[in-house]
Amino acid sequence: MQTNRYSLFSLLWEACRGNTGWKPAWRKAEPSGPYDFIIVGGGGHGLATAYYLAKRYGGKRIAVVEKGWIGGGNVGRNTTIVRSNYLLPGNEPFYECSMKLWEGLEQDINYNAMVSQRGVLNLFHNDAQRAAYIRRGNSMILHGADAVLLDAEAVREKIPFLNFNDARFPIKGGLLQPRGGTVRHDAVAWGYARAADRLGVDIIENCEMTGLRIEQGRAVGIETTKGFIAAGKIGLACAGNSSRVAAMAGLRLPIESHVLQAFVSEGLKPFIDCVVTFGAGHFYISQSDKGGLVFGGDIDGYNSYAQRGNLPVIEDVCEGGMALMPRIGRVRLLRHWGGLMDMSMDGSPIIDHTPVDGLYLNAGWCYGGFKATPASGLCFAHLLARDEPHPVATAYRLDRFARGAVIDEKGMGAQPNLH
Amino acid sequence: MRLTCPSCGSRGLEEFTYRGDASVRRPAADASEQAWVDYVYLRDNPCGRHQELWYHGAGCRSWLVVTRDTRTHEIFDVRNARDVALTERQTDAGQGEIA
Amino acid sequence: MSAAPAQIFRVRSGNGVDTSQTLHFSFDGKTYTGHPGDTLASALLAHGVRLFGRSFKYHRPRGLLSAGPEEPNALVELRDGARREPNTRVTVVELFDGLNASSQNRWPSLSFDALGMNGLFTSVLGAGFYYKTFMWPASFWEKLYEPMIRRAAGLGRAADEADPDLYEKSTAFCDVLVVGSGPAGLAAALAAGRSGARVILCEQDALPGGRLRDESATLDGKAGWQWAEQVRQELAGMPEVRVMTRTCVFGAYDGGTYGALERVADHVALPKDGQPRQRLWRIVARECVMATGAIERPVVFPNNDRPGVMLAGAVRTYLNRFGVSPGRKAVLYICNDDGLRTALDLRRAGVAIAAIVDSRPAGVGGGAQVASQCGAAFFPGGAIADCYGHSGVKAVLVRDASGKARSIACDLVAMSGGWSPNVALATHLGNRPVWHDDLCAFLPSTLPPGMVAAGAAAGVFDTAEALHDGAVAGQRAAVACGFAATLPVLPEAEPTRYAIRALFHALKGVPSAKKAKAFVDFQNDVTAKDVALAAREGFVSVEHLKRYTTLGMATDQGKTSNINALALLAEITERTIPQTGTTLIRPPVQPVAIEALAGPHRGTHFKPTRLPPTHQWAEEQGAVFTANGLWMRAQWFPRSGETDWLETVSREVRTVREAVGFCDVTTLGKIDIQGPDAAEFLNRIYVNAWLKLAVGRVRYGLMLREDGFAYDDGTTARLGENHYVMTTTTANAGGVMAHLEFCHQWLWPELDVQFISVTDEWAQIAVAGPKSRAVLEKIVDASFDLSNEAFPYMAAAELTVCGGVAARLFRLSFSGELAYELAVPARYGDALARLLMKVGEPFGIAPYGTEALGVLRIEKGHPAGPELNGQTTAHDLGMGRLLSTKKDFIGSRMAQRPALTDPARPTLIGIQPVNPEDMLVAGSHLLPQGASATATSDQGWLSSVAWSPSVGSWIGLGFLTNGPARKGEIVSVHNLLAGTIIAARIVDPVFVDPKGERLHG
Repeated sequence: MQTNRYSLFSLLWEACRGNTGWKPAWRKAEPSGPYDFIIVGGGGHGLATAYYLAKRYGGKRIAVVEKGWIGGGNVGRNTTIVRSNYLLPGNEPFYECSMKLWEGLEQDINYNAMVSQRGVLNLFHNDAQRAAYIRRGNSMILHGADAVLLDAEAVREKIPFLNFNDARFPIKGGLLQPRGGTVRHDAVAWGYARAADRLGVDIIENCEMTGLRIEQGRAVGIETTKGFIAAGKIGLACAGNSSRVAAMAGLRLPIESHVLQAFVSEGLKPFIDCVVTFGAGHFYISQSDKGGLVFGGDIDGYNSYAQRGNLPVIEDVCEGGMALMPRIGRVRLLRHWGGLMDMSMDGSPIIDHTPVDGLYLNAGWCYGGFKATPASGLCFAHLLARDEPHPVATAYRLDRFARGAVIDEKGMGAQPNLH
Repeated sequence: MRLTCPSCGSRGLEEFTYRGDASVRRPAADASEQAWVDYVYLRDNPCGRHQELWYHGAGCRSWLVVTRDTRTHEIFDVRNARDVALTERQTDAGQGEIA
Repeated sequence: MSAAPAQIFRVRSGNGVDTSQTLHFSFDGKTYTGHPGDTLASALLAHGVRLFGRSFKYHRPRGLLSAGPEEPNALVELRDGARREPNTRVTVVELFDGLNASSQNRWPSLSFDALGMNGLFTSVLGAGFYYKTFMWPASFWEKLYEPMIRRAAGLGRAADEADPDLYEKSTAFCDVLVVGSGPAGLAAALAAGRSGARVILCEQDALPGGRLRDESATLDGKAGWQWAEQVRQELAGMPEVRVMTRTCVFGAYDGGTYGALERVADHVALPKDGQPRQRLWRIVARECVMATGAIERPVVFPNNDRPGVMLAGAVRTYLNRFGVSPGRKAVLYICNDDGLRTALDLRRAGVAIAAIVDSRPAGVGGGAQVASQCGAAFFPGGAIADCYGHSGVKAVLVRDASGKARSIACDLVAMSGGWSPNVALATHLGNRPVWHDDLCAFLPSTLPPGMVAAGAAAGVFDTAEALHDGAVAGQRAAVACGFAATLPVLPEAEPTRYAIRALFHALKGVPSAKKAKAFVDFQNDVTAKDVALAAREGFVSVEHLKRYTTLGMATDQGKTSNINALALLAEITERTIPQTGTTLIRPPVQPVAIEALAGPHRGTHFKPTRLPPTHQWAEEQGAVFTANGLWMRAQWFPRSGETDWLETVSREVRTVREAVGFCDVTTLGKIDIQGPDAAEFLNRIYVNAWLKLAVGRVRYGLMLREDGFAYDDGTTARLGENHYVMTTTTANAGGVMAHLEFCHQWLWPELDVQFISVTDEWAQIAVAGPKSRAVLEKIVDASFDLSNEAFPYMAAAELTVCGGVAARLFRLSFSGELAYELAVPARYGDALARLLMKVGEPFGIAPYGTEALGVLRIEKGHPAGPELNGQTTAHDLGMGRLLSTKKDFIGSRMAQRPALTDPARPTLIGIQPVNPEDMLVAGSHLLPQGASATATSDQGWLSSVAWSPSVGSWIGLGFLTNGPARKGEIVSVHNLLAGTIIAARIVDPVFVDPKGERLHG
């Protein structure tokens, strides 16, 4: 007998018999179309989409095709932060929906993704930033999320080892979202994959989409390195490769692919209890349950598909870290890497049907896709199943750029590298 | 990454700021709505050779048209944007590709 | 502290140690001695210390595995207090007098660690066990499970306070960068250096030579390290060659840029005064010879982690370089002839060799001969089936080719699974290495542009061949840079044989393997069983295996474990190694202190500080300062007797409204624009009309971005026929400059116009208030007519002040009063402030800071940063009518889109609490009275607020849906963060002098 359900009991039971009965987390499926739905992209968003399609929308015959191994993109290379601290009405309901899904995720999918609501603290350093955070905090509360404004003393009490001595930009306070935190990123991909698999979803790895078959204006299937796969509806969840895949359908997107670097230190005895974001430089940091400091900063700022960056941003990030938290000076950077960001023109995502019938798009997540994973999956599943946007994702339409209804949290305009 | 500025020579990335795709052209004032939306928002975003605009802000303040591979970051060509723009006007070559 | 025990394992003199001097140091509170040239590892080993640390998960006792930076086990906290450095590999710590180190991740002590009991539950605590449990109830994760896990997590402790040491950054340029100074690196540097090329040779160790220091083999009949010293001396004499020891090239980046870390003062107790502890180098090289050597692989067998189980090559390092024997009685476990050198070296040092276990079948390699030379039992086709001894090896179970097992007593196991070329740098730019079955190794295939691998890093393990390979690489690199390089004459090396047969583990058919732990990744406690479990659960891609088991994620980044894991996974999944894959090696090659990457940019030096010309004067006045971007600006000027900032600011505001005040506004961006097409250019940049601005006049201008949203505003004055000077907001000064250059160079190159930023050239001071003219009359030279008729509102002039100082005067008003902005060359700014104080005294002049400036502009309803936040349109700012419909300007088309002109958009309004004492808070939201506090009722927000001494009330600017149509309406101002709701009236945004009469007075 193979062990299927995860629990303390199953763990002990398997321990007694040498852990020989564990089933593969997901089947290694091969294409067996036609499918009702094909999701292109086996990252967090694609796998979550397949899961919710099957679980909540009664979807049958669903496949996820992935060019490499599942979870190998941004879901496996981010800084693991989850939060719903957005300002604009187009964004906040969506991210709060995501936060609520995170809160029940593990029991839902029977996989411990270590959703840790340790709090996300955004620091501010001047009156204008304080006002902007008050506006944001109020917006969050109006949308049913949680937010607490801390003054400098309260920040010092919470994290006494921030630089309160000789800071170039003294800390004036912070906006805390107590429900924000971190999630073990890889586990999200694996957990959704396993749960989707148990609901009959075919997860087809090492299967790259090479073309789109369109008949009479309607997408009828995809060409892949494993042959043609027919499908009723096709959902693209390809993150940084969205433009490449959309080009197969003759579409240009309001997206540029950029590189964002991420950093992890050697493992240390835990001393940073929440996620902290520096307001006077590009730097954010948390500490994983293994003890590594996980941190990052700004994108490198040029179009790239290379999944790696350059020294100026590495130095800039470490300067931000030292300015914020001087005690980490002798801590060593262990590894840095880059991920491919689908930076949209207004810094906000797109979940919409495309001009091609039967072809749907989920893209433009910028550097914030990880926290969106559950809601992105849910809303994309909703759109695929019902052909109408989910109520919390109505602002994420493709035509918003033509209409001018952009969702520009940073107020940077149509320049992706500034969002 | 290093760019060879036509005025200043080989310089490090930290001296430059990036703007984006250099293949799009600002439409005429009376061009179609779609042409304007395309110009402001839509990008080819190629995986491979890309023409892009950089600004040598910490140097000679020249805007540059750089041809670079977005997979390898290899740089093929750097030109003064003004020269490129003037040449285009003279030859009226217009849209997209730079000779 | 107890007395220093004798160095009983220092069996002879080593080539890298100066035994004539003695150093004292302490480990876990116990004092030891060592010598210059020792590492902390070799010095402790000399005393017979075998237990150095505890593993991450099972807290197993661990000793030294290696003698280099790949060390996974022997990590300590080095130094203490603010200089405490966790997870420091003892193998790379150079000994200095007074060194202090402690073991880590153990409680209560290294020899007895309570969490060692984790090892009893290994079948429960296998790979990824935490993904399967700790889920119920959900809230227990944060309350119980996670705190429990976090208590056990991590290795060493970060320092509690800021590091007092200094750090530097430098940039270097060269023709040829040679990374590594082993035989190949030295030969490369010699070949390139002699050609006259600029060469930088980086060696991470304190001494050059690489393996030449570790081996007893000779070059030209002399010790190999002597040749290395001789080459170093020759290189040191070449003016274009720089040899950098203690410098690790940690990363390859684009464009031939390499990151390197120089450990300037880590080998001494404290840096000298002013000396940095470490220096970050950005090395820009046209060519790079990667001569980084190779790292030896351990063998996976049951209990292969016992202290005393070491890499065979490391044993030779301790013997030959440090003169220390890691044991008294050794067993060798090898699969190649290189490992046999260890037997010969040990034998020469008088260490007994109990057995040589050679996984290769009889007749392959020189094992039999060496065994007989050393008097060791020889087991061809054999394996080590188990290893005994809790805190140090006592015996091994050897299984011979027939399967017969016997126990052999020993205190040292020297193992060699072969050598893995250190290809990290070659893979940083995404080039995947390729597996070579004959060498059992990954070798670079395609390399980054300009890089070549040489010597062991390229799989050339024989010393003679490596010398030649390096020389050729150095020669070619120099030739590629245009130098006439030739091959140097190389020393004669003893021939060697490698004869490797693949050996990754010894688990097949071993009964004890089922129960015992055979470690693949030592530090993270990943065993062969974990790899099998991961494969069983479908984690069969290398990336999945890594992430699921944490293999290769420890501080050593899998340097000694990745390939064994890959081989195990390949075997389990019945694939070849190339089919199974490889993961790219991420930078840095060695961990780098965060502070080294930050350099001197910390504390107050995090970013540069810009000071306006009146800063020193303002300091003398006792001003309170605030950061405005990089600028420090005077926020207010308190006077004695004033109890709080609000009293001060209100007094400054009243001074401007009733008498005269002045404020340094130098920080506004100032751009000089000249050329025949300047007017046409401005007309395309700003939304309003510019072609008819007369010389000597100023105009307000609003800029949009091309997407139609407001970007920046300011005034531009026409000083001459073809000469304008533009002001921008402080925040966008740099951005607008780049924007103008972009529009000119790229969009409209045909326009004849030029720009230059003059922000720092001119000190500009606003003089505002009904008596401002009277004050200025005392300053401008008599020939200039300041009368309202001659110099009306929005006039501009170039003139002289103070008897001939060139100046610019603009009649502009941010405050709404009669006001001027006077610009003088920056060097006169300080004098101007002092003069204004003096001549203005009879008029009651006072300086005012940015806070009063803000109050004044809010009272006048002028939008500033909080309103121009990049999300608002001209319409939102109440400036929709400014947009010209008769011309093309940046943003003209996109500004017409429906969503940008929707009248329901939140639009600029003024707001005043019904009760004047009610304080407004910027960032509060505006909801209809009585509406519930939900997003559907949200109709706007407050962007700027102030206590207005002029109105006698709190006032605010904000944005409200259909705002202008709702004047007079009372709305609720919600600040839910503070739990306050205030009733406030929507009013015109101009609170003071709505008709603008004062401006024109």
